[in-house]
Amino acid sequence: MFFNSLLTNFAALEVGQHLYWQIGNIRLHGQVFLTSWILLGALLVFISLGTKKMENDPKGLQNLLEFLWDYIRDLARTQIGEKVYRDWMPFIGTLFLFVFVSNWGGALIPWRLIKLPSGELGAPTADINTTIALALLVSLSYFYAGLSNKGWRYFEYYVHPTPIMLPFKILEDFTKPLSLSFRLFGNILADELVVGVLVFLVPLILPIPVMFLGLFTSAIQALIFATLAAYYIGEAVEEHH
Amino acid sequence: MLAFNFFGATEGGLFDINATLPLMAIQVVALTYILNALFFKPVGNVVEKREKFVSNNIIEAKNKLSEVKKLEADLLSQLQSARSEAQRIVSEAENESDKLYKEALELANNEANASKEKARLEIESQTSAAREQLSKQAGDLSELIVNRLILEK
Repeated sequence: MFFNSLLTNFAALEVGQHLYWQIGNIRLHGQVFLTSWILLGALLVFISLGTKKMENDPKGLQNLLEFLWDYIRDLARTQIGEKVYRDWMPFIGTLFLFVFVSNWGGALIPWRLIKLPSGELGAPTADINTTIALALLVSLSYFYAGLSNKGWRYFEYYVHPTPIMLPFKILEDFTKPLSLSFRLFGNILADELVVGVLVFLVPLILPIPVMFLGLFTSAIQALIFATLAAYYIGEAVEEHH
Repeated sequence: MLAFNFFGATEGGLFDINATLPLMAIQVVALTYILNALFFKPVGNVVEKREKFVSNNIIEAKNKLSEVKKLEADLLSQLQSARSEAQRIVSEAENESDKLYKEALELANNEANASKEKARLEIESQTSAAREQLSKQAGDLSELIVNRLILEK
């Protein structure tokens, strides 16, 4: 309990506290929705500004959006394959953009300046609910992709290349969402905690390199999440010969 | 839950899973549709239209280039044939003039030979005539001498 009391003393961090919204008899983590609405609103404004006047010779924001689109297409195409990547590109792109915007938004915007009655604003991806939601969507997607593309033959994947693989492949269906959600959650939360603790201990200069490292981690995590999601979908639609 | 609660939260904690999860999932699915309509479709249309435009232009340029190469080869072969034709005409003309020259030369030679032969025959006949005359005069003279010698005696 020494550990516990030591950590409780970092009152400024308020780890594991939430701003609860009660709707009927369901409870929500309000801070997650607040930050995600702000960040997604900003993202949508940015995208509508960039796509307002599309030209054949791209200018300004359109350039950036086209670069982003190209980047996401390459990601989806290399992982999913030429045949069906078009169907899944919006989903992969949305995952990437959502995770990226959430991570960077959590790291770049000084949310701490806004005082909440309980909990504090931060990256939506630092909440386990968000990451599990994303990971389960990925699981549903690859099942759907496999079944819709190959029908019942999708289950050949479980005994490919030998039936010995069956238990491992079934286990994988559980470990995939688990690892996806916990990797993202752990990385972003850890980054927030490290920066928080450092800011609490040494408010000047010292946290800056860690903050940059945090930005790097955030971007990498978004890329990893989107790449893995695309890889799982690609694995499900891949034809075995 | 106690094991998860060591970060000191009084309520909830880090691993507090509740209705946030399904709502967030719905939100992300909705976001997928919104982004597809606002971002992926329009940008994709523009980019793919441009890619098609560029690749069409490249194909067209390649076709034109091959056409140019074909025309160039065509012209080159035409030039070659014209050149060989010219060569042929020149050599023909040369042969012709050579032949004409030879003919003229032969003609002239023949003429010269004929007139030479004529002159030779004339000279010969004149020589023999002179010789005849000379021998006749010599005979007359000897007769005269003989006569005179005989008469004086």
